[in-house]
Amino acid sequence: MNGNLLSTSDLDREGIDEILEVADRMAEINSRRIPRVPALRGRTVVSLFFEDSTRTRISFETAAKRLSADVMGFSVGTSSVKKGESVRDTIETIEAMGVDAIVVRHGSSGVPEMVARWARSAVVNAGDGWHSHPTQALLDAYTIRARFGSLEGLRIGIVGDVLHSRVARSDIEVFTELGARVTLVAPPTLLPPSLEPWEVSVSHDLDEVLPDLDVCYLLRMQRERMTEALIPSLREYTALYGLTARRLANMEPTAVVMHPGPMNRGVEIADEVAESPRALVTDQVANGVAVRMAVLYLLLGPGRDALGPVVELAEEAT
Amino acid sequence: MAERERRMTRPYGGVFVARAEVMNAEEVGRALRRMAHEILEHNGGIHNLVLIGLQTGGVTVAGALAGVLAEIEGLEDHAGEAPDEAGSGEEQHDDADDGAPGHVIPVGTLDVALYRDDIGIRPVLPEEVTDIPVDLDGADVVLVDDVLFTGRTIRAALDALVDFGRPRTIQLAVMVDRGHRELPIRPDYTGKNLPTRRDELVNVTLDSVQIGEMAKQ
Repeated sequence: MNGNLLSTSDLDREGIDEILEVADRMAEINSRRIPRVPALRGRTVVSLFFEDSTRTRISFETAAKRLSADVMGFSVGTSSVKKGESVRDTIETIEAMGVDAIVVRHGSSGVPEMVARWARSAVVNAGDGWHSHPTQALLDAYTIRARFGSLEGLRIGIVGDVLHSRVARSDIEVFTELGARVTLVAPPTLLPPSLEPWEVSVSHDLDEVLPDLDVCYLLRMQRERMTEALIPSLREYTALYGLTARRLANMEPTAVVMHPGPMNRGVEIADEVAESPRALVTDQVANGVAVRMAVLYLLLGPGRDALGPVVELAEEAT
Repeated sequence: MAERERRMTRPYGGVFVARAEVMNAEEVGRALRRMAHEILEHNGGIHNLVLIGLQTGGVTVAGALAGVLAEIEGLEDHAGEAPDEAGSGEEQHDDADDGAPGHVIPVGTLDVALYRDDIGIRPVLPEEVTDIPVDLDGADVVLVDDVLFTGRTIRAALDALVDFGRPRTIQLAVMVDRGHRELPIRPDYTGKNLPTRRDELVNVTLDSVQIGEMAKQ
């Protein structure tokens, strides 16, 4: 990571592995009786959410607090943005108070990119439009890695509204970078017009794909982003693409179900599936804190890159 | 800690070139046995002891020390009754699984990277495993490291330990005390006092202790 985490497309395998390995150490901290270390004492992290979020925001704030950073919250509803302040002025105001990292979520793609251009602090993208949600993809990869040991060769199906989903875009990039074979399962209207840069396969038939999957990743039906009639009805969507208990029974016994939350129970995921031990949804949430701790630490703590090359000692030479 | 410090300390990189061997395998073993006896004498046995090796250099020393402690205690406990039990530390650990009290010495590892006060001065990554296997409340904890230098690692370790509980005592065992302390910290058990220059390096393994320099590549 070069000072910011803006998009999963900036991450190569080595970078992802480093984050996941540091996240392992952070997970150990989270299991302690007092889950807090002084690593980022004196640093300030501001969470700047122009779009609603509960889990991502709380997850980032928890992560920052567990590393002893100071956390400033900022939600648009109660801020001067309501009075018409521009994003740029908001950033300048916040930076004038002295912050070290800005965690930003915005409904428009590319806003974190712009913020990073204006800001001197480290910028972490907590989701922008349909573009990217890097920490979600990292925590998903971490969760799969914790279950299967590695993503290499795993068959992962990403099911649902890929078109509107930044989670899908980021997951595809991270999962394929780590060697997984990704299949997108969705009606044609919910797929992006071009899948050009991605090495993924596509199916419109969930029942056909399910028995071959190690991971079934369900996307949320983003009703708030759907402005046109892309599917006939939610009932029809559920009939064709909803993961029901009957469909779960057709999956391999070791296969798992994931969902980025918040779940639309009864739409993309049935109640029984969400409650099943095969669903890793709460693991995802718990791992999110560890992964975000790793990201904040790597950005605000001393990175290797920041301090020049570290040459391995040739112990054997002695 | 020492290995990583060497890797991370300015100038970054270079090769450790040994100039002299200050202890050989036999001397290291003897120092371990003396330290083990001192620990036993000071704590009146192993019953309440927890050894914690500091990542990375302290971990092997802690493991070896635990082996020696178990060996000594095993011999003393069973003197006359079970002479065949005078085995290695590992065997003693196995014995403890039978529920015999005081036979297993819990050995943990601690990575203090996230507790250091020199973050920002040099890169520190939390790369090593922290594993504290038992509750430290009321325990006699012996921190074990390979080399004691500035004392900053130990300060960080003390901060870290209090997050895991409230030990009755915390003691410090090091294979080499090389001086140059920057904090009011002293070891309780020392393998060897070794006067050094600041820019020298000390390399500790169970086979030898070497003193040398970092040669630029």
